Amino acid sequence: MTAASARLDAVEVDYRGRRALGPLDLELAPGSLTALVGPSGSGKSTALRLLAGLEAPSRGRVARAAGRGETALVFQAPTLAPWSSTLGNVALPLELAGTPRHQARARAAAALARVGLAGSEDLRPAQLSGGMAMRASLARALVTRPRLLLLDEPFAALDEITRRALADDVLALWAETRPAVLFVTHNVEEAVYMAERVVVLTPGPGRIAAAFDIAGPLPRPAGYRVTATFRQAAEQVSAALEVAMHGVAA
Amino acid sequence: MSRLLAVLAPVALVGLLLSAWEIACRSLSVPAYLLPAPSAIGAAFAEHWRALSISAWNTLTMALWALLLAAVIALPLALATALSQILERAVSPIAVTLQVTPVVAIAPLVVIWAGLDHPERAITALAAIVAFFPIFSGASAGLKSADADLQRLFDLYGATRMQRLWRLRLPAAVPFVIEGFKVAAGLSIIGAVVAEFVAGSGGTQGLAWRILEAGNRLRTAEMFAALFTLAGLGAALYGLLQVVERRVLTLWRGGG
Repeated sequence: MTAASARLDAVEVDYRGRRALGPLDLELAPGSLTALVGPSGSGKSTALRLLAGLEAPSRGRVARAAGRGETALVFQAPTLAPWSSTLGNVALPLELAGTPRHQARARAAAALARVGLAGSEDLRPAQLSGGMAMRASLARALVTRPRLLLLDEPFAALDEITRRALADDVLALWAETRPAVLFVTHNVEEAVYMAERVVVLTPGPGRIAAAFDIAGPLPRPAGYRVTATFRQAAEQVSAALEVAMHGVAA
Repeated sequence: MSRLLAVLAPVALVGLLLSAWEIACRSLSVPAYLLPAPSAIGAAFAEHWRALSISAWNTLTMALWALLLAAVIALPLALATALSQILERAVSPIAVTLQVTPVVAIAPLVVIWAGLDHPERAITALAAIVAFFPIFSGASAGLKSADADLQRLFDLYGATRMQRLWRLRLPAAVPFVIEGFKVAAGLSIIGAVVAEFVAGSGGTQGLAWRILEAGNRLRTAEMFAALFTLAGLGAALYGLLQVVERRVLTLWRGGG
């Protein structure tokens, strides 16, 4: 076995007797950035829940080197508890694991500062903007210093400007501790920007339609979006997605 | 301006309706036992306000005791059923049956059990039966209402049952419980009034008794005065709970 942070071996998932995903093989090497692109219903989120250990496959094997507390999850919505302060929300994973409260809160405050939310500790989620709430959600994911970071369309509900800023933030944060990252999205350009490897899924039940290695340094330098490398990669992935969806070459 | 209008509009409508009522009664010479004019109702109110306030107080205290009693039973039961699926299966048909059985039909039994000398016990018990279901179902729904992704996070971080209860399910239930109380408060007054009618005894001296008694004597203006007092009581209780709800929800999700 390799030292992958997490791996799916020929997994298949059935819901009520119908195949929803697979067979699918996917390997996340330590410190790697992988993006999973596919149409709605291709089972992207299911794959992510398998890797998180929140769901078991109907067939196949899920191998996870990262244990409990070493895996973090960010959802499409910030998913913050409205009754708790921003600090309380970020401290939650540590407190659930039994870290003493003051210690958990101190680490949560540091995590908030890392995502640019210093000073927002006492605000409630309802008082945060969409972008701020998503940053708080990221801080909560990073506070445990995970080895595996799973992001499920985390920017889908945000405007383009906020989305781009957050994409750079996620890459900068990744560079600090280098967890293995799986980024699920249906946005091709975002996938190419965020990952060194983009995996395209077929419509449900999702299987791998194509996979691309994306050239260029990570985190992305300024202006990467207008480079030929980026545009070519985005076109390739886009074409592969088109073929996967309609069976025709663009 | 629009805010002032929003306050004035209902007041103006009520004034208009009362004027039309008064004019119609006078011009058509409607007999007072059939439909007294608002002025006559006002006079009845002025004459009997002391008795009416005592009755309103009696009805209110019975309704509030009923609400408390219902809460003391419904909240722990909702918690227990939320923690045990078997218990939920066992309890929910009984709770639903209790809810769909008309309180008027249960009332004579409860009056006998409570003892004819203690109509207030019967009335409180009956109002509690009516108030029980909204609190129970509100709390039950609330305890299951936590966001699915938030629940997944608790799974991911290996939360214990107690952590899940204290840090997720109970706080998530708060708005639902308040909503349940709001519905239950209105129902507890209705329950108290219905029970008092069925008990048919002057022992509790509630507002329903005032209406019955005045009706028996064909003092229609007094009936209306008691009826309006009852409506005012219900509205006041609802308004109070609205304020409580706003305060609690502000605390719950933070000011701003």
